[in-house]
Amino acid sequence: MSDIIGLVFISIGLFFDVIGCLGLVRLPDVYNRLQASTKCVTLGTCSILFGTFLVVGFTAAGFKALMCMAFLILTSPVAAHAIARGAHRAGVKLCKDSVVDEYAKDKEGEA
Amino acid sequence: MKRKTALFIIAFVTWVFLNWVPDTQHLIIGALASLLVVFITADLFTERQYTVKHHLRYWYFFTWYLPVFLWECFKANIDVAYRVLHPRLPIRPGIVKVKTKLKTDTALTFLANSITLTPGTLTVDINKDEGILYVHWIDVKAKDIESATKIVVERFERILTKIFE
Repeated sequence: MSDIIGLVFISIGLFFDVIGCLGLVRLPDVYNRLQASTKCVTLGTCSILFGTFLVVGFTAAGFKALMCMAFLILTSPVAAHAIARGAHRAGVKLCKDSVVDEYAKDKEGEA
Repeated sequence: MKRKTALFIIAFVTWVFLNWVPDTQHLIIGALASLLVVFITADLFTERQYTVKHHLRYWYFFTWYLPVFLWECFKANIDVAYRVLHPRLPIRPGIVKVKTKLKTDTALTFLANSITLTPGTLTVDINKDEGILYVHWIDVKAKDIESATKIVVERFERILTKIFE
């Protein structure tokens, strides 16, 4: 029974990972791409790992999968902040559909 | 000293889980590795420990924050899937400023991470002295600081104030 539920989780995870990669290709600039990749890949990969845990149970691989979920949830948003901030400071512009950029206004004086 | 002990225990437990099933050899190496980690990184560890006295904080965390967070995370994924699969890409991106009343490092970290994993928003930078977060928003609904704060920050701020402050 838990095998089937695990496989369902893995399928959901794969679906969201694919969406994340598709977003990486289709969306226009760094910041939008980060949005798609961070959100979808975090939940997608966590879902795959949780499915793996359900399939293999409380074994060595199962514990590792659970640990990886915790680390992924903690680290992937932080990596996204770092990339977004670095890109903005390095002068990467927002795409031309953007409506507002408060960050650039506040940072004009510095640099 | 308390901080170092806490860090040692966390590092050691992580090691044990990563090397399940534990035996003597792994435990000894794990203890040495954890000591090395403590020696190098103890100064970077959080400035203010949360005393174990406040059991309620943990209860709030597990029964209130986690379900809300997971639900928002799931909604965020549906939202991104909709935007990406839509043939005309319905996005209206921009970076807005929002205010927060939270002060401590841990609370701000959790707030920033929560904002990143919830629908349509991504924290870009933080100004700790003035309590201002710069948030990239994939579908800008409000440009001024008050209404943006209301939409982006408020659902987590109340919970995190209870847990961390």
